[in-house]
Parts: sequence; C-alpha cells; structure tokens
Amino acid sequence: MSGNDVLLEVDDLKKHFKVNQGWIASLVESFGSGEPDYVHAVDGVSFELREGETLGLAGESGCGKTTTGMSLVKLHDPTAGDIVYDDTRLSEASDAEIKQFRQNAQMIFQDPFESLNPRMTVYDTVAEPLRIHNIRNETARVQRALEFAELLPPEQYYDQYPHELSGGQRQRVAIARALVLDPDFIVADEPVSMLDVSLRAGVLSLLDRMTDEFGLSVVYISHDLSLLRHMCDRLAIMYMGKIVEKGPTDEIIENPQHPYTQALINAVPVPDPGVGRERVELQGEVGDVIDIPTGCRFKNRCSEYIGDVCDQVVPPLEAKTDFEQDVACHLYDSAEGYDPYQDVTGSPSAAETGEEPESTPADD
Amino acid sequence: MSQLEVEDLEVYYETEEGPAQAVDGVSFELEEGENLGIVGESGCGKTTLAKAIIGILPDAGYINDGSINFQGDDLTEMTNAQRRRLKWEEISMIAQSAMNSLDPVYTIREQIVEAIETHRPGTGRVESDEIVTEMFELVGLDPERADDYPHQFSGGMRQRAMIAMALALEPSLMLADEPTTALDVIMQDQILKRMASIQEEINSSMMVITHDVSVVAETCDRVIVMYAGKIAEEGPVEEIFDQPYHPYTIGLKRAFPNIRKSSQDLLSISGYPPELIDPPQGCRFAERCPMATDKCREEEPEAHYKNGLRSYCHYADEIDAELRPYADDPTTWNQAAAATDGGVGE
Repeated sequence: MSGNDVLLEVDDLKKHFKVNQGWIASLVESFGSGEPDYVHAVDGVSFELREGETLGLAGESGCGKTTTGMSLVKLHDPTAGDIVYDDTRLSEASDAEIKQFRQNAQMIFQDPFESLNPRMTVYDTVAEPLRIHNIRNETARVQRALEFAELLPPEQYYDQYPHELSGGQRQRVAIARALVLDPDFIVADEPVSMLDVSLRAGVLSLLDRMTDEFGLSVVYISHDLSLLRHMCDRLAIMYMGKIVEKGPTDEIIENPQHPYTQALINAVPVPDPGVGRERVELQGEVGDVIDIPTGCRFKNRCSEYIGDVCDQVVPPLEAKTDFEQDVACHLYDSAEGYDPYQDVTGSPSAAETGEEPESTPADD
Repeated sequence: MSQLEVEDLEVYYETEEGPAQAVDGVSFELEEGENLGIVGESGCGKTTLAKAIIGILPDAGYINDGSINFQGDDLTEMTNAQRRRLKWEEISMIAQSAMNSLDPVYTIREQIVEAIETHRPGTGRVESDEIVTEMFELVGLDPERADDYPHQFSGGMRQRAMIAMALALEPSLMLADEPTTALDVIMQDQILKRMASIQEEINSSMMVITHDVSVVAETCDRVIVMYAGKIAEEGPVEEIFDQPYHPYTIGLKRAFPNIRKSSQDLLSISGYPPELIDPPQGCRFAERCPMATDKCREEEPEAHYKNGLRSYCHYADEIDAELRPYADDPTTWNQAAAATDGGVGE
C-alpha cells in the first residue's frame, strides 16, 4: 500500500514558546534555569510523510513530539521552517488553501474524555466538521464514519453523549470524527494510552484499517516503542526538539545506532520472562530546552562521548555509510562526505552560530 | 508460615444500588522476600485489594468477610490505632501518582522525617536526617535536594522521593500500585531496577500492581491475574507466560505488543467486565470468552491445579490438551468480537 509519493514535507520546522506565558511558565519553572528566554520545543525538524505510510514519532516527555504533531495539522504556527503540502508551502498558502489543508489534516488526541465536547451528542460531534466545511450529505457520511469506527448500529449512538460511552467507544467517536472529512492524513497522539489493555488492540486494529482501506497516511506519536513497532513503517526518534535517528522501523528497533536510541530501546520491558535484556543505565535527565547546550544535545548523558566534536558541532541528521537509517551522531561516517571535525575550533563559539535562538519568534 | 496470607477476602463498596463486590473471595499467600505481581484491567479489584491490605479503603469500602494475616496477625481484626502503627513501618505503599501523594507545602525532608518521628518517637533529628540521606542515596537522588519542595522535582524524581519515603522505615512489605505507569520508559527502567536492588538489600517482599504485563514479566516471581474481583489464574511468572490455562491470561498476554517481535497480530478482548453489583453467577469472564459454554455461564469454576498454576477455568485441561493454539489465535477472539459487536453501551 505504501506509495513513494511524498504527501507532506516538513522542512526545518521550529516551534519556540516564549517563557512566562500561561501554562508554559510553570513548566519552565520546574526546569529551574536562570534567565529563561524561549523553550525550544521543536528545534529544526525535517522529515517527509509519504502517501499511505505510517510514521512514528517517538521520544520521552518533553522531546517535542506532540508539538511537532500539532504543528503538522496547523494547531501551532511554526516559529521557523515550513510544511509543504501538495506543492504548497503552508507559510505562503492562501486562506482557501489553508482551509483545504485543514480538511485533509486531522488529529486524534490522547484523552477521549477531554477531546469530546460533553454537551454534544455523538451525531453532532461527528457532523460538526462537515458543517464547518459546508459538506453535504451529512447523515450518510456520519453513518459511514461510525460504521467504520465499529460503532454498530450507528443509529444507536446518534443521541448518546460522551459520558454515556466507555473510553474505547469515545476514542472510536474521535476516530469517526477525524475520518468523516476523508482526510489525507491523520496525526494520532498516544491514541490508546488512556484505554484499558484489553481494548487497545481493538482500537489499534481500527487504526490499522484506516491505512489499509483508505490509504491514509498516519503519524503516530507515542512514547511506547513496542506499540510503534507494531504500527509503523518508519520511525523518527526525537530528543530535545530534534530528530536523532530516522528510518525503517525494523532497522531502528533491531539495529539502533544513536546512543540515545539504543538506551531508549534497551529500557523497554519485554513481556516474556524468559528474555533477559541488556540494561544500559542512562545517566541524568533530559537537558534544558531553554538554554540549549552547544554541539550535541545528548552529549552529557552519552556513553560514547568523543570530545570536542560532540561539544562544539551540532551533529546533522544525515545518511551514514554503514546502515539504512539517518542518524545525527558524530560516531559514524557521513554518506555525503561531511566532516564535522572541520568545524571544530579552539573556541566553541564558532560552532554555536547555527544554534542561536530566533531573535524574534513569531509567537502568539 | 507465609508473611502474608489473604483468605477468602471480600471487599465491597457501598453504592446506591447495593454493594459492589470489588474483591470477591480472593485467597493467596506471599512469602518473605517474594515479588508478587497483580495484573488485570481497570476495575478488576487489584488496587482495592492493596488498599484493603494497607488499610486505606475509602469510606464507602469495607471488608465484608475473610481475613488478611500479616506475620500471624489478622489485620481485619485490628483497631485503627494498631493498623496505623503497621503502616509505613511494616507495610508501605508506593502510589501511582507521586504528585498527589506528596504534600506540596512541606519539603521532602520534612515529610520523611515526620513519618519517621511518628513511628519511632525516640528518634532524634540527627538520626532522622541520616536516614533521609541514606534513602536518597539508595534511590539515586542527591541528598542535598531533600530540602526541596515536591514541585521542584521532576516526575521521575518525585516518584523516587516517594519510594525513599516508603522505604525510610524499612518495611517488610511494599505495595507498589502502578509505580512507574506515569513515567517515561527510561525512568521506568531505572526505578524498577532500583526497586529490585533495594528490595534485595533490605529483604522486603513486594506486591506490584499493574496493568502492564511486561513490567510483571521482568520484576515478579509470581503473578496473580485478576478479573472482575476474582483471581482468574495464579502461579510462577514463567508458567503464567509459557503455559497459562485461563483464556483471560492468554488473551491479556496477546493484547500487548512486544518490541522484540516485528509482525504480530494483537488480540482484542471484546466487551467489558461485568457489573460488580450484580455479577454473573457462572464464570465472570464467560461473557467475553470466545470458548465459553453454557456450563461456564451457569457454574462458577473451581480451582484447577497443575504445573504450579492455580486456574479458575472449567476447561483448563482441554486448553492444555488441545485448545491452547486456538485460544492463542487472535482470529478466534476477533470472530467472537464480530459476533457480539454492538449493544455494549454502558
């Protein structure tokens, strides 16, 4: 099913949040830094989403995966960088083009208890996007979406309110609402993590069918690598606002190259008492995303730290000579012939220039 | 004598429609130094069981019948004052959400010292401070941060502070209710590892309550699978994972993706657990079980003992002899799901 046509191209996307602005202020306070400026939630992320593909964005809390996902459906406007959809750069798109984009880009959120309006019936919840986009044939479309979401018979659910439904049913309503506009792609942010174990597989197989039957592209955002391995064709591992490794799922899981990816995968428990796993203790916690360190963002926790080059040169996410996936790490030889050592200098300031925070982030 | 012996325990919650039988006739033993995992879906009674043992049931909850023998004394017969003395000192609990379990207006040190001084009135401040330092080092926190308030800690640090507090009085039994569910995978790994090494050091036993079968697979010696207030199956962790007899155990195990396997069909157990106010008379899992017969719907299954496992299924022998591949096949369950779909509104 996966074609190779690129549906969406994310080009050096950045999203910075101004500190001391509402809820983010408390988040920043807990990082406890001196004179905070901007939170570099997403800081230069590039990838493409192909038609019919499932792409997983993985990483720990605060790595920027949700912000990236929300930017993909334009729930955030990027601070810098761009998203190219259907040959249109969204930053230059007209209102009509944006509206068209919004119809084709849908999101499913983690918590169906919060993402559904408690005062709207199931029918109205699913029909609302159709009304906003002036699409006719409302009843038939709502019915079909609910049928697809295996809420059967659909008529029985029309007049129910979210509180009358179980968690699994609510998430199915959220899926029906996302599908009712026949979108090109869906961003699913931890779509099953709030659901009970026995119900997860049901919702997951429904999401699987979305890609199989409609040829939808899906971006899955999750911290659960076991789940992403099950669902995704390709993976991108994020750390502190950047992608550190990107490539085919099986390659990344079985043969991870970035020291962070290795630690992350080694930390995943295995549901089989017979399997011993090598446990790598990762020191410290995720670094400061306000006062970004120079060079590699993982250097302080990295077991493979190799000196000045890690300190001074930001490792680009690039193809390497020895394996299929792209990795942002100086340990491996660039397939493009890039030599990071040419950028190493006596003083670290020279290497820093590419990393200066945006002086006037367009934030609102 | 086992450290903990729970016998025919019934814990009910008072509701407007009558008592909800959250834990209904549960018996098990826990040996000293043993790690026991309790797994099941939300509402299966696993947290209620832990709360009954440590004695923090909410107002509506009460022990209807049965006994909880801890080191020879029946906890259900004790006065509140006697139970309070046991709490933290002998039995401590690590709750799921450390955020809500730590008091925001006191420093971590003050909270740990308070627990120590309440239980060991003679303890001087110097000695208490020493315990705080020791516990912080044990859980991998910088002792200098003990004077911080909970909000100054990250989620992982708070959970570790919670563990430090639970360990301060060297309890002989630790109840950990979803100890790492709110944490990222790297932090989860570190905390589980830390808990295992601490446990070895102070030789305490532990009950780990979780919905995550992979956490149980890695940390526990023995597992109890609970369903709708009852034990479905119990036994050593290897046997539970290798050769379970209960369809629910088989289903639950297959509902989890395994990072080590590239292509795997996940299994979905359709439907929802039964109402505990008026539970079904036969096997409680019958309604969702793809192999259920009339016998299952009418008769409550007796315990079936084999291979170290205690399984409550009428057809444990048949599953062992020939039906296991059938029960282990997701299509079996998905067909059952298609047949019963719809009309499962609550």
